Amino acid sequence: MRRLGLAALLLLGTATLARADLDSYVAVEQGRYLAVAGDCAACHASPKGPFAGGRAIETPFGNINAANLTPDRDTGLGRWSAEDFWHALHDGHSVTDGHLYPAFPYNYYTRVTRTDSDALFAFLRSVEPVRNPVDRNTLPWPFSMRVSMLGWNALEFTPGVFQPDPQRSTEFNRGAYLVEGLGHCGACHTPMNAIGGPKQAQYLQGNSIQNWIAPNLTNDAQAGLGTWSVDDIVQYLQTGRNLHAAAAGPMGEVVEISTSKMTVPDLRAIATYLKERGAAGPAVPAPLPATDAHMDAGAALYTDNCSACHARDGKGVADLFPALAGAPSVRQDDPTTTIRVIITGAQVAATAGAPTSPAMPSFGWHLSDAQIADVVTYLRNTWGNAAPAVAATQVSSVRSAVAVPGK
Amino acid sequence: MTRRLPKKDVVIVGLGWTGSIMALELAKAGLDVVAIERGPWRDTATDFNITTAPDELRYAIRQEMFLRPKQETLTMRNRLDQTALPIRKFGSFLPPNGVGGGGMHWNGQTWRFLPDDFRIRTHLTERYGEAFLPENNFIQDWPMSYDELEPYYDRFEKTLGISGQAGNLKGQIQPGGNPFEGVRSDHYPTPPMQQGYSQSLFTKAATDMGLHPFPRPSANLSQAYTNPYGVRMAPCTYCGFCEWFGCANYSKSSPQTCVLPALMRHSNFEARTDSEVTKVNLSRDGKRATGVTFVDSEQVEWEQPADLVLICAFAFFNVRLMLMSGIGKPYDPNTAEGVVGRNYAYQVGAGAVGHFGPGYNFNPFAGAGSLGAALDDFNSDNFDHGPHGFVGGASLTNAYTNGRPISYHPVPPGTPGWGAQWKRAVHETYNSTTNVGAQGSVMAYRDAYLDLDPTYKDPLGRPLMRMTFDYHPNEQKMAKFMMERSGEIIRRMGAKQVSTNALRVPYTVVPYQTTHNTGGAVIGNDPTTSALNRYGQSWDVPNVFVTGASSFPQNAGYNPTGTVGALCYWTLDAIKNQFLKSDAPLVQL
Repeated sequence: MRRLGLAALLLLGTATLARADLDSYVAVEQGRYLAVAGDCAACHASPKGPFAGGRAIETPFGNINAANLTPDRDTGLGRWSAEDFWHALHDGHSVTDGHLYPAFPYNYYTRVTRTDSDALFAFLRSVEPVRNPVDRNTLPWPFSMRVSMLGWNALEFTPGVFQPDPQRSTEFNRGAYLVEGLGHCGACHTPMNAIGGPKQAQYLQGNSIQNWIAPNLTNDAQAGLGTWSVDDIVQYLQTGRNLHAAAAGPMGEVVEISTSKMTVPDLRAIATYLKERGAAGPAVPAPLPATDAHMDAGAALYTDNCSACHARDGKGVADLFPALAGAPSVRQDDPTTTIRVIITGAQVAATAGAPTSPAMPSFGWHLSDAQIADVVTYLRNTWGNAAPAVAATQVSSVRSAVAVPGK
Repeated sequence: MTRRLPKKDVVIVGLGWTGSIMALELAKAGLDVVAIERGPWRDTATDFNITTAPDELRYAIRQEMFLRPKQETLTMRNRLDQTALPIRKFGSFLPPNGVGGGGMHWNGQTWRFLPDDFRIRTHLTERYGEAFLPENNFIQDWPMSYDELEPYYDRFEKTLGISGQAGNLKGQIQPGGNPFEGVRSDHYPTPPMQQGYSQSLFTKAATDMGLHPFPRPSANLSQAYTNPYGVRMAPCTYCGFCEWFGCANYSKSSPQTCVLPALMRHSNFEARTDSEVTKVNLSRDGKRATGVTFVDSEQVEWEQPADLVLICAFAFFNVRLMLMSGIGKPYDPNTAEGVVGRNYAYQVGAGAVGHFGPGYNFNPFAGAGSLGAALDDFNSDNFDHGPHGFVGGASLTNAYTNGRPISYHPVPPGTPGWGAQWKRAVHETYNSTTNVGAQGSVMAYRDAYLDLDPTYKDPLGRPLMRMTFDYHPNEQKMAKFMMERSGEIIRRMGAKQVSTNALRVPYTVVPYQTTHNTGGAVIGNDPTTSALNRYGQSWDVPNVFVTGASSFPQNAGYNPTGTVGALCYWTLDAIKNQFLKSDAPLVQL
């Protein structure tokens, strides 16, 4: 802390002041919180520092290295003004690199207010400068031409600060501001089109990304949050678990470094927004009959391999082993996450509110593709769940994408 | 060339039950804490995967998680006139190794000692007269009463979520509990485990005999539980892989399931694993510890300076570290002077196995380390010892800790040890055999002690510790008495054939008996008979505290962990509320 204070003091003489007072303690602390809410560290953290950049971000078009956000003059944002930062956030244009790629989700960040942008910048000015040169041009041609983003922007990007809906509550609007803006939830949870833009008509209706399914976040009762209360969502975001689910994988990381550190009023606002904005999801199929041969085999596999933790009735152990009965992650149309977790295992986020970080072990080494298909089919079609049956070939393709060689 | 690390507020030797609780509480108090652990890091998610954890060959037979004699062993002899020889394969007891210590691979039987156990010498002398005590005994009162320790038992039970039935709640005897237990301020945190068919027979038989059976208090939890540190546990599945295993289901209380998830969130705590503390360093006048020296896995030697040194390793190694560091005067059995190594004690095991024949399905595979029904009618001084000529007692238990395939195949007496007949007998009796076992106290004696071996050395060239121990006539009489009582109960349960397990005399380091090794650095009110004062603080070096069963003045007829945990919280309170303010001896003579 002492070091940070010193860094801030040194900046006094050199900082180019724009709108916000960069040395205001209030602005810095506000910015610190906004950096958490925006989950900036998820991409920009590296072994050299929480904002030192350099981490390769996978995109369908190639890897992009996250920028160094520390105030280092040569390799970071040291020469940037608050205005420059605003342009990056609001317009997707960097004074250093030119047009940014939407791996930096400026199509969401454009909703952020200028005040919050300035506060974020004030905070980033206060962290210790880290010299960490980052190669910012790693995409292959034609994406290597940053000017090509002009075309993308024309098709996919409408700059504009969030406008509250006067018909809605303050809480709803706060939630909308966070989800649609800094939280950039749609970057994972909204399906993408061929050029990596969000399919706006299916906003937050779930998406397949890096062999995970980012589930439907609408109020849909089958695949979405329809069976969750506002409190359930708050508990999930705050602790990483609730009666219905446990956060692991990429969402576990989001919970650990972002949502578990947000205020409860903000989490309630997010939950209110998600619950109140409506429901959309696939039609619910009729569940497979228990007499189906695959269901029968799946039931036996479930009893032997799964029931010790998830319980015979599929209800799990509250706040420790997630329920599978009624679990949206199990009922997604696309079974990739369920298959993947069985093959590789997964570990639940550890948070201050729930420090135990229980792990689902890997079963990939001792269950065959056909067995995994049967058990997934079973748990998607029992205890009131209903979702399409899974074939061994689906398991096989997930396995080839996620399995660690030798395991 | 020893490298010197930056100074810490607290250095903890060993990251088991007491080390992890001390670390968490002192880190919460804002101190910079480092724990140095000889063995590897282990956590449930990585090391006790449900698909690999129940591996009897790997963990129970090959003993993967225990200390290797190559790392450190002891020499053993029964009598002073013998030459001790090194234990080359641990057998009678299995010292732990690694984060979690014995608290990771234990069964989970979590008892409170009885009020009489704490004032044992005074009590026995009052009731039977001094002459009734065994020859050459070093039986001594504990430096605190049960009532003083009760709040700390309660805290430890709540950290672990212990499942049990209270027997004496605030002075009110509770039906179904242990009527002999000391007054409890609260219920157990979770209800008792579901008992099996065998326990129902035991409970009925014992009740019919006028005895007082109750479900054994268990760290295999009967239901999900969140402890005061916010750490969550799951209900036990009765899989029967507790003792010698890590629990894959987050159901057995251990540092991993109860403490470490909260501890590891503290940035002012650091664990150094695969690093063995070789010495507590003292100031030139020997009156103050300046830190510890340790050797890492690359054999590099480091010095870790600290203001406070907490010795929290397994009982033997606490004593050895004190002897090698020159903390306290080593005990000499010839003069009966000195305190470090004094009052080493162990436990006696005896019992009866009942073969019930066709029609009985006890399902021993549905077990848990602490599943079982017990009775205390013959424990401590709950019965008149006058006619029997011994002191001490045992808890009697009917239990299945497991029915695992490699080790558990009871056969009736007279069955050959191998071949077709043996196989047939195993097939016929696996499900219809049960037992009543006694776990009994061992008193302290002038000739039962620990010291440094004059001959054998460890890989670092330091003397091994030497154990001098045998069962005395008092314990032999007691074991025989308990074996007879066990046989009576199991016959009453309906056993058609009974075989007995007698105490093996002389004591030998094979086969496995129990890892309830106690004493050697005991607590007391008299510095000529104790190494530590009543708070677990060294009489000689006041910024050294020692936890663990090494501080028991003698051993009781129970598993030690409940009392080890209570003493840990008791010492912790003394450190937090007194020592951190005064930095001085907490008992002035």
